[in-house]
Amino acid sequence: MSGALVIEVERCKGCELCIAACPPRVLEMSREVNATGYRYPILHPGCTGCTACQLVCPDAVFEVYRLSSG
Amino acid sequence: MSEVIATDRPPEGAADRVAEFRPSLIVGEHSLCPGCGEPVALRILLETLQELGIVERAIGVVGHGCYGSFVRIMDVDVLQCLHGRAPACATGIKRVQPAAAVFTLQGDGDMVSEGLAEVLHAAARGENITCILLNNGVFGDTGGQQTATTVLGQRTKTSLDGRDPVSHGHPIRIADIVAGIDGVGYVARGTVGTARGVARTKRMVRSALETQLAGKGFSLVEILTMCPTGWFVGAPQGPDYMEQSMARAYAPGELRVSLGDER
Repeated sequence: MSGALVIEVERCKGCELCIAACPPRVLEMSREVNATGYRYPILHPGCTGCTACQLVCPDAVFEVYRLSSG
Repeated sequence: MSEVIATDRPPEGAADRVAEFRPSLIVGEHSLCPGCGEPVALRILLETLQELGIVERAIGVVGHGCYGSFVRIMDVDVLQCLHGRAPACATGIKRVQPAAAVFTLQGDGDMVSEGLAEVLHAAARGENITCILLNNGVFGDTGGQQTATTVLGQRTKTSLDGRDPVSHGHPIRIADIVAGIDGVGYVARGTVGTARGVARTKRMVRSALETQLAGKGFSLVEILTMCPTGWFVGAPQGPDYMEQSMARAYAPGELRVSLGDER
């Protein structure tokens, strides 16, 4: 199963809860900051679409997709 | 650094959206600190109202705390009442409108420090309401003072050397107390520090509301929420700090269940 995310980085407050919550460890904090001055998560290959990041995010910046195979 | 995948738009090709940003009942941005657990609790509560199909008859009674600002952004009928008195107001609403799904949203400072009598009497009367306690062990809204649920050794603005039982007393385990009262239909304690905890807590909120809809009496869900600002820790350390302090004093799990075999 592979997944994909939409991340509304401008609404992120940089709490980093998603980084530790991600089971495949494919989220990492950016070096850049958004307009409010917070770093935000960026996605590396390996997302499974498990929704853990969306579950723990206090600011609801994640939307999760599962890619159809074939 | 390895390859970065674009996350500014939905994926191209066939894909199923399995999680939205937030339920449609949240209409706007909350103003709480980074790493706060209360917006997560609000989200699972509103999602559960939608999943049970009771949004149109839901009435929330909100106490005073950081979460009090949620009345601006939750698209559900709400009443904001005096500090700690939410279970009493909810009692009146439920008795006048028995078909309504009545819930309270209270913090530990609101329910356990300020309004201890209200919640205990509402439970003992077996009022058919659902109380949601957001327990972070501090008065976050007023700057992080100690509350009745602050755990022993926890540092707050008014217990800088840690809560000392000799001078500050012991924490009140409100869910355990309420679980021992006759007339109570459902009591559970969950956390929102981990994805597993959030999913489990959401099932507890659903069970509590189902208990009310079945007329089985008072229900309470205590949700341990992170308050990194009030705990003097960084936002990323909130869940770990909660596991090591609050979750040890307040073990998560279902404490009283009355809807069992019949479901």
